[in-house]
Amino acid sequence: MSDSFNLEIVNPEKLFLSLDNVSEVVVPAFEGDMGILKDHISIISFLKPGIVKVFTGNEVKELYVEDGIIEFSENSLSILTSKIIDIKEIKKDDLSSMINEANEALKDENLDDQKRFLANQKIDVLNRLN
Amino acid sequence: MASLDDLKKRISSVKSTQKITKAMKMVAAAKLRKAQESAEKGRPYSDKMHNIILNLSKNINDKENAPKLLAGSGKDNVHLCVVMTSDRGLCGGFNSNITKKAKSYFKKILDSGKELKIVTVGSKGFDQLKRAYKEHIIENISFKESKNVNYFDADKVGKMIIEKFGKGEFDVCTIFFNKFKNVITQIPQEQQIIPLKSEKSDDKNDVMNYEFEPEEDEILNNLLPKNISTQIFKAMLENSASEQGSRMSAMDNATRNAGEMVEKLTIEYNRSRQAAITKELIEIISGAESL
Repeated sequence: MSDSFNLEIVNPEKLFLSLDNVSEVVVPAFEGDMGILKDHISIISFLKPGIVKVFTGNEVKELYVEDGIIEFSENSLSILTSKIIDIKEIKKDDLSSMINEANEALKDENLDDQKRFLANQKIDVLNRLN
Repeated sequence: MASLDDLKKRISSVKSTQKITKAMKMVAAAKLRKAQESAEKGRPYSDKMHNIILNLSKNINDKENAPKLLAGSGKDNVHLCVVMTSDRGLCGGFNSNITKKAKSYFKKILDSGKELKIVTVGSKGFDQLKRAYKEHIIENISFKESKNVNYFDADKVGKMIIEKFGKGEFDVCTIFFNKFKNVITQIPQEQQIIPLKSEKSDDKNDVMNYEFEPEEDEILNNLLPKNISTQIFKAMLENSASEQGSRMSAMDNATRNAGEMVEKLTIEYNRSRQAAITKELIEIISGAESL
């Protein structure tokens, strides 16, 4: 397909996903969701907790990410993230334990605004999945 | 000369040692394959991270206002050394190679009148360093409970280092670990992680024009702490592969030595048995002759 580009998602343990026929990727960038199509300008940005949507042909893959950095250049998109899970593989128990974890983190009085925002965001996304 | 019984006991004891070392070698070989695999799988992440940071730092023109994790605190007085070793012994020169490297670095720092702080990761390194550098060790971390190297552990170490840096407890941070080359060779490495040492690739041509969202500084502030954890994770992966490789070759040697020992002892045992038989025969014959 002519309007497709490469996608690589890596986490510290391994190369999580590598595709070369992606038509669009929507990432939860820090300043709002961002859709990336072929020939997007080179960009570096980082992610907040949310859902990455990967469009390949007629298929849509949805992945939950906790944080990460994206880099797009020369029609290849790299997503570096420390935690990524396919939505289909998330279990109910994991979800609730992750929500609890985020709630615990929020209790910390010394949390700075950015971290508080990220934690709230995480709870939002997880609740929606739940 | 040792009695026959003693020799027999020794032979069987060496044989059982040989069995143990052989088993350990097998286990290390199996673990090595896994550790090597995960070390290889972890490479893309740290490589990409490194590339992005390189690109970012090239785009930062105002070096004065660059984040401290990148540019350093401007001083060079207090050095933090993170010495990463294993939690288990019996792996040849693995741990002592790291501590040897670290010790020569410590000496250099102390000789130039700077302050030294040490964090040990892994209990073996702590054991080897505590005698000479006890007053410098500020923290000892061990991941004995974790079965495999995981990012979560590395992140813990990384966060601790960043917190200490934020409080101004040190100016320069160096990590020590073994880089896995192959089963026989592991190279002890020192790597400076704060401030980040940029490699000498000042080719202005390959600077790409990136769009940044949000601003460069903000991305860098977010990225640099992650990079520290990533570097530590990488070091941990390399270390675990090196540890298994080193143990495997050490145990291979031990097995071979035990085999040689058994051979030598068996010959000695046979000789002394033959000597005893001959002696008895002589006694009988001379007894019969005297009659």
